[in-house]
Amino acid sequence: MRTIRKAGRQEGKQARRRSTRRYCLPVFLLLFSAVCASGKPLIIGSKKFTESYVLAEIAKHALSDGGLPAEHRQGMGGTIILWEALRTGQIAVYPEYTGTIAEEILKSPAMVSPEAIRAELAKAGVGMTDELGFNNTYALVMRRDAAEKARISKISDLRDHPELRFGLTHEFLNRQDGWPPLAGRYRLAQRDLKGIDHGLGYEALRNRSIDVKDAYSTDAKIAENNLVALEDDLRFFPQYKAVFLHRLSLPAEAIGSLQRIAGSLDEARMIRLNAEAERTKDYARAAGSYFRERGETFASGGSETLASKLLRWTARHLQLAGISLLLAVIVGVPLGIMASKGGAIGHAILAVTSAVQTIPSLALLALLVPVPFFGISARTAIAALFLYGLLPIVRNTASGLQDIAQPIRESAIALGLTSGARLRQIYLPMASRTILAGIKTSAVINIGTATLAALIGAGGLGEPIISGLNLNDHATILQGAIPAAVLALLVQWSFDLLDRFVIPKGLRL
Amino acid sequence: MTNTPDAKPMIELLDVSKNFEAGTALHPTNLRFARGQTTVLIGPSGCGKSTILRLIIRLLEPDGGLIQFDGDRMSPKNIAEFRHRVGYVIQDGGLFPHLTARDNVVLMARHLGRTEVELITRLDELATLTRFPAEALDRYPGQLSGGQRQRVSLMRALALSPELLLLDEPFAALDPLVRAGLQKDLKEIFQRLQQTAILVTHDLAEAAFLGDHIVLLNEGRVIQQGLLGDLRDRPGSEFVTEFISAQRSLAFA
Ligand SMILES: Nc1ncnc2c1ncn2[C@@H]1O[C@H](COP(=O)(O)OP(=O)(O)OP(=O)(O)O)[C@@H](O)[C@H]1O
Ligand SMILES: [Mg+2]
Repeated sequence: MRTIRKAGRQEGKQARRRSTRRYCLPVFLLLFSAVCASGKPLIIGSKKFTESYVLAEIAKHALSDGGLPAEHRQGMGGTIILWEALRTGQIAVYPEYTGTIAEEILKSPAMVSPEAIRAELAKAGVGMTDELGFNNTYALVMRRDAAEKARISKISDLRDHPELRFGLTHEFLNRQDGWPPLAGRYRLAQRDLKGIDHGLGYEALRNRSIDVKDAYSTDAKIAENNLVALEDDLRFFPQYKAVFLHRLSLPAEAIGSLQRIAGSLDEARMIRLNAEAERTKDYARAAGSYFRERGETFASGGSETLASKLLRWTARHLQLAGISLLLAVIVGVPLGIMASKGGAIGHAILAVTSAVQTIPSLALLALLVPVPFFGISARTAIAALFLYGLLPIVRNTASGLQDIAQPIRESAIALGLTSGARLRQIYLPMASRTILAGIKTSAVINIGTATLAALIGAGGLGEPIISGLNLNDHATILQGAIPAAVLALLVQWSFDLLDRFVIPKGLRL
Repeated sequence: MTNTPDAKPMIELLDVSKNFEAGTALHPTNLRFARGQTTVLIGPSGCGKSTILRLIIRLLEPDGGLIQFDGDRMSPKNIAEFRHRVGYVIQDGGLFPHLTARDNVVLMARHLGRTEVELITRLDELATLTRFPAEALDRYPGQLSGGQRQRVSLMRALALSPELLLLDEPFAALDPLVRAGLQKDLKEIFQRLQQTAILVTHDLAEAAFLGDHIVLLNEGRVIQQGLLGDLRDRPGSEFVTEFISAQRSLAFA
């Protein structure tokens, strides 16, 4: 029965893959490989967890040592975003796991032979190194004391404990090899399921607000926190052998540099490197240990001072929020003017801008990343922020204009002012307070939301926040969160100041 | 400026009608407004007085008939140019709150490209004419009394020396003393400028004081028109008598 279901699933997946291939126009591929080849540093992506950061740092140094400058975009928002970025040539390399490739990327869980996987990936212009050495599969982990007390050592033991509270990462909750099929296979009946960030999940385990969470088997935190990984007695989880995925169009020496890492990282070493990275909060240093252990020299990139990092993050953050706000004003005010006239178009404008706000940010990013112009650049972050910033401006512009009293409108018309002059000289100044309030809301939202830019490697204050969440390191989180809060306050104040210049005096009596 | 019936009227309504979903605001109506005269539209609330002014300035499109201004048929095409030749004053002034009194008055003239010198001269004339204190010109509407606001509104309507002035209950919201002062000033202004005006009012005394010609309306129809004496002495219907005596009993009880 399982095989039948599986076959059906595969067909559906193949159909989906065909349809995605349609917009993967060769023209764009060409365009992007051309961009990649043009002397710019190679871009290496990583997912937002320690091991991925460390592997990406290792790849970066391996490439740099081979004379190919490389740049590491840290902690991008998950498999879909990284894969789309790689497929469209916006990043050159990222660390991935064979199980994820089969299940999530190729959607063919049965595909196990490296040859078959390579052949499939090649169709998207992507190559795969040999296995790096370790298997980082999923595991379910519990506090050691709790597991012992309840006599749980295998996943099938969970069947007798439906009262346990699960805190699972959002990715695991939705994966093809994640919770739903796992629960089906093991016939688990737990009801108390929460979606929780990976780093925060450890905290939740520690303070006993959850009992079970998903983890990666090489996660240093398992030992650190005195947790046990439950045995996968039904062999549900596929093998997650680490590899690098890379563009096939990379120069041969680059592929060679990556290939030299293959086979050199066993589980013990990877756990050690992960632990070092988490202890020192310095991924490059962990990568350095790897090279030193191999007896190679390691040119550290020179660590940046906190002040200069803060400056860089803040400047980027302001740039992202500022440009997107400017665009939202330029587009939002005219849309608001159109919306203020009501009718089908007006309602449509308000409905669409409201709907955009309800799209989760990760979903919006995942939608934008494969689009040629956007990719994993700051442009995507700006586009997303722009879309989120539209609604307050459009809605306030529309309602500010609609609130202008009928006698004022009629006086303006009866005077013989043209409709353009009425708008510029009468209606917009009169609505300025409401419009400005909308812009202010939008600015504050943008400052807050701009942290999501880090999910696609576009920098900003989200960088320390995401990296801190992953390390479960409050100090690092605060390095991003405090400046972001201060910025939001400053923006609020400067808008209050702006009120005095923009809102006509006659309206402030 | 005679008032002979064959003199060409400033403005003329020919079979003009207006319906709203709720009913007819104006049945097909013919009206002539003579040059240099003040015509008063009077009648009970909802009888269609404001509707007539709004049809003339084209805030409303007529459902039937046509309106001629100085012999030209008015249409949505020529309305922009026509609006510059008409001044319009409403009950609460309709002043723009974000502009000073001065800017409210000269807004349109400035828009039409008059020089600042011309604007200042004109503003001076208007302030004198309407007895508006020059030092209050730089205040915003929110900083003016109701009577002052109506004077600003009047200045704004007169700024381009309009051929026709439309006034929709301009004094209704003012206290009796202020109202009496404004009525007196308005009468002088009309005489000095030989102004053609249409004034909407509820108040028979105001109509008698300011109007040369009175048009009594009821339920969207002209009931009777002429001098106040004609209406009083030769009422065309029971309604005319009732309307006049109701007002008199209010005013002189
Ligand atoms: N925009 C509109 N929509 C619907 N009905 C309207 C509209 N404007 C006026 N009416 C109706 O048309 C009729 C005439 O209105 P109008 O404003 O001309 O009366 P009026 O004589 O000026 O009354 P008042 O002395 O109370 O100002 C009224 O019954 C009114 O309810
Ligand atoms: Mg009225």
